[in-house]
Amino acid sequence: MKNNVSLQTVTRLTVFIVLAFSIYLLLAGHHAPGGGFIGGLMAASAIVLLYLSFGMKKISKVFTISYPYLIAVGLLLAMGTGFIGVLVGDPFLTQYYDYFYIPFLGTVELTTALIFDIGVYFVVVGVALFSILTIAEDDA
Amino acid sequence: MSNLLILPIILPMLVGTILIFFAKNHSLQRVIAGITAVLLLILAFYLAHEVYYHPQQTMILELGNWSPPFGIVLVADMFATLMVILSSIVGMLCLFFAFKTIETERAKHYFYPFYFFLLTGVNGAFLTGDLFNLFVFFEVMLLSSYVLIVNGGTNYQLRESFKYVVINMIASAFFLVGLAYIYAVTGTLNMADLAEKVGVLEQQGVLNVIAIVFLFVFGAKGALFPLYFWLPNSYYGPPAAVSALFGGLLTKVGIYAIIRTFTLIFTHNTGFTHDIILALAGLTMFFGVLGAVSQFDFKRILSYHIISQVGYMVMGLGIYTQLALAGAIYYIAHHIIVKAALFLFAGATEKITGETSLYKMGGLLRSHPLLGWLFFISAMSLAGIPPLSGFFSKFALILSGIQEERYVIVVVSLLVGLLTLFSMMKIFMYAFWGEQKIPTEKVDKKETMGLLKPIIPLVILTIALGLSAEPIFQFSLGVADQIMDPSNYIDSVLNQD
Repeated sequence: MKNNVSLQTVTRLTVFIVLAFSIYLLLAGHHAPGGGFIGGLMAASAIVLLYLSFGMKKISKVFTISYPYLIAVGLLLAMGTGFIGVLVGDPFLTQYYDYFYIPFLGTVELTTALIFDIGVYFVVVGVALFSILTIAEDDA
Repeated sequence: MSNLLILPIILPMLVGTILIFFAKNHSLQRVIAGITAVLLLILAFYLAHEVYYHPQQTMILELGNWSPPFGIVLVADMFATLMVILSSIVGMLCLFFAFKTIETERAKHYFYPFYFFLLTGVNGAFLTGDLFNLFVFFEVMLLSSYVLIVNGGTNYQLRESFKYVVINMIASAFFLVGLAYIYAVTGTLNMADLAEKVGVLEQQGVLNVIAIVFLFVFGAKGALFPLYFWLPNSYYGPPAAVSALFGGLLTKVGIYAIIRTFTLIFTHNTGFTHDIILALAGLTMFFGVLGAVSQFDFKRILSYHIISQVGYMVMGLGIYTQLALAGAIYYIAHHIIVKAALFLFAGATEKITGETSLYKMGGLLRSHPLLGWLFFISAMSLAGIPPLSGFFSKFALILSGIQEERYVIVVVSLLVGLLTLFSMMKIFMYAFWGEQKIPTEKVDKKETMGLLKPIIPLVILTIALGLSAEPIFQFSLGVADQIMDPSNYIDSVLNQD
């Protein structure tokens, strides 16, 4: 892995585009194609791209989060949204939404399903990277 | 509407997730896991109590506030809550046994989180009222079981769990095929809605095909003839606490799904489907017990007996009368408890002698009398000796068989009972009777007692189930009555006010 200047240069640029698009997909997912699952996969692919072009050691120094913990946090977020309904007295997983005015963005629909989707996003990123890295470590 | 129904599913999942954070801390994991298992049992009993005193004896929860048949519903009737109780009992006691036997190395590799994810899947499969959701919970259960069966990573485990994964993947693929068929024919996947639509549909031939696809799928997961070949080898590998949980509980989820779908949905042509089930029941118990008789390994004999006893449960469904189904339900309860106990005994003797082969054991009764006699009681219960629980459940099944003039299955089941007695006596004679072959000084009395503590409640339960057969049989008849009459289920889900 020495003469990969072009790969590294391109990666530096594209990673941000891919990550930004993954967040767009996450937010778009409520009414349009997209969602936490596909957004999470895209984010994972961006991070895998980083691992591929800069090597395990360097990237592992930057990303110090443990992926199993990321999975657990995602699961807790997703389950937590389910319990909002229980607290209010509605069935488990009931969704609530309202319209809010946010400066610069205008009126936005915010839903509790979004929190669920963020949980899914974390779980997918965690699972994808954890399995890929486990296989990679076996090889090394 | 009651959020109580989601708790047996979400509590183990929540705790399993929290345990991921403490994967390195074995003792803290044990504390959290132990408390949760006890809570789960209390919850299961509370849920059963609520359902029993409910006017329709069925409670439902519309997840996400979407009404059926569009959203997913959870349905707790008496059969489902009984299964949740059984899964909580076995789940708790196997967990306590795991505390004594699971090495820290296995615990570090997420043993406890996946143990609870498995319980999530099992309870979910019992409580769901949606066929696709049943598939999802089956997958939750199976994915966790893949991890538990391979956890520890010995060569044997890796080889056999690969086969286990493959057979289950194939069955799951066919599950999806069956779901696609039934959705194409009826346009719904809600079980109550399906039951209603299947009743008025005229294309009997297509429905027969779909019914057989589902029978194949659940048969592969519940180890019915001829799809049982994966079971003995894959249940042999993992530690005793896991094989006890699998042996007691996992195949029974498949059987539960068969009974649920073939009493609720596929009742359009019982002359065809239920006769096939009855034939499969006979073949399953006969070949299972032949396998057990030919084996000389403690755990393998027990694994083959799972297969033969699955036959009895399905026999009750095949005869399809109230008495037969009550017998089958009683049998499931008896079997889950006794089979878990026997696997735990196998684990305890393995811990004491370091062996599972019967040739190398012997004379354990002299050094460990309590272990020996407790095993004797459970083995006799499995073989169906009165006054233990195995006798009364088999009695009801055979009685209903005679009433319906199904003499072939009655003869087969009596013969299988005899052979079961033979192979249980074989274990007792070789492992506990006779001269001591392996010095057992390594394991002292106190440690043996520790191993026995989680098993004793199971043995007491099988005695209690036998001695109080009258009220328990009345209860089973009630459950059978409820599942024989799908209109109660359909009304509670679709026409609730």
